[in-house]
Amino acid sequence: MTTTSITVTETPRIRRLLTLADDALILGHRISEWTGHAPLLEEELALANIALDLIGQARALFTEAGNESGHTEDQLAFLRDPHQFRNALIIELPNGDFAYTIVRLLLVSAASDLFWQATLASSDPALAAIAAKAGKETAYHLRHAAEWLIRIGDGTDESHRRAQAALDSLWPYTGELFETGAEREAWNAVVTPVLHQATLQRPGDGWMQAGGRSGRHTEHLGHLLAEMQVLPRTYPGAIW
Amino acid sequence: MMPLWEVFIRSRNGLAHKHVGSVHAADATMALQAARDVYTRRGEGLSIWVVPSAAITASDPADRDALFEPTGSKIYRHPTFYQVPDEVGHM
Repeated sequence: MTTTSITVTETPRIRRLLTLADDALILGHRISEWTGHAPLLEEELALANIALDLIGQARALFTEAGNESGHTEDQLAFLRDPHQFRNALIIELPNGDFAYTIVRLLLVSAASDLFWQATLASSDPALAAIAAKAGKETAYHLRHAAEWLIRIGDGTDESHRRAQAALDSLWPYTGELFETGAEREAWNAVVTPVLHQATLQRPGDGWMQAGGRSGRHTEHLGHLLAEMQVLPRTYPGAIW
Repeated sequence: MMPLWEVFIRSRNGLAHKHVGSVHAADATMALQAARDVYTRRGEGLSIWVVPSAAITASDPADRDALFEPTGSKIYRHPTFYQVPDEVGHM
C-alpha cells in the first residue's frame, strides 16, 4: 500500500458524523459480501439492497463530515487507517452464517432505527435531512431482520441452535450501540418481543466489549479495510 | 424448496395490479418482502399483491383453439365501426 493515509482533525461534530458514517459503511461492506453467496436469490437481492442503503447513508454522512474537515467522501472512506475508524466492534465482525448476519442486522438496526427517529428533530439541519431518508431505509432493515429471525429461531432445531449461538456471541458487543444516542431501554422494547417470538433466550447484560468508538478495533477491521481500500490506495484518483 | 408466490404490482394510483413475476418464500409476509426486494428496486410500485401460485387455476394450452380461435372471425366486436365526433376529443 502507498502511504497516502490522511489524518482528520476531529471537532465533536466531525467525530459524530464519522462515527455514524463508519457504522454505515462497514456494515454495508459486510452485508455486500453476501452478494453471490446468499441462501436464495430473493435474499441475495434483499441483502444487496440493504448494503446499498447503508453505503448511501455513509456517503451522505461522509460528505457532510468532509464539508467541515476539508476532505472528499472518498478520502474519508479509503484513506483513513483502521485506528481512525469509529464504528462499533459489532459492525466489523465477519458475517458468520446467515443466522449470525440476521441477528447482527436486527441488533444494529434496532438501535439505528431509534437513533434516526430521534434525529428527525435534530437541531443540525444536515443531519435531520439525512435522518429523513435513512430512517425509512433502516425501518425496513429492522423489519426484514426481525421477520427472518422469528422464522430462523422458531424454525428447525438446527436453525434455532444457530440463531441462539449467534445471539449469545453477539450480545456482549451491543454495549457500544448505546454510545451514539440510542437508549438501551427503548432498544429492549424493540428487540425483546422479537426474541420472544423467535423462541430465543435473551442473554443477560453482563460485561460489554468496547473500544471501536475510540479506534481500538478487532483484527477483522484491518482485513476488511485492506480489501476495501486497496484499489484507491494503489491507483490514487482512479475512476470507473 | 419454499412455496412459489405470484407477484402483482400497481405502479400508479388508478391503475390495476399487474403480474410481474414470482418469488419463493416460506409464507405470505416473507413473500411480500421478497417481492418488494426483487421487483420494486427502481421505483416500480405503490402496492404489491402476492398470491400462492398453487391458488391459480390456469387454462389448458390444449384447449387453446376451442377457447380463443372462435373470436378471430368476429371483428364486429371491436369498436372500430363508429365515427367519434370531433367534440368528444381524445378518448
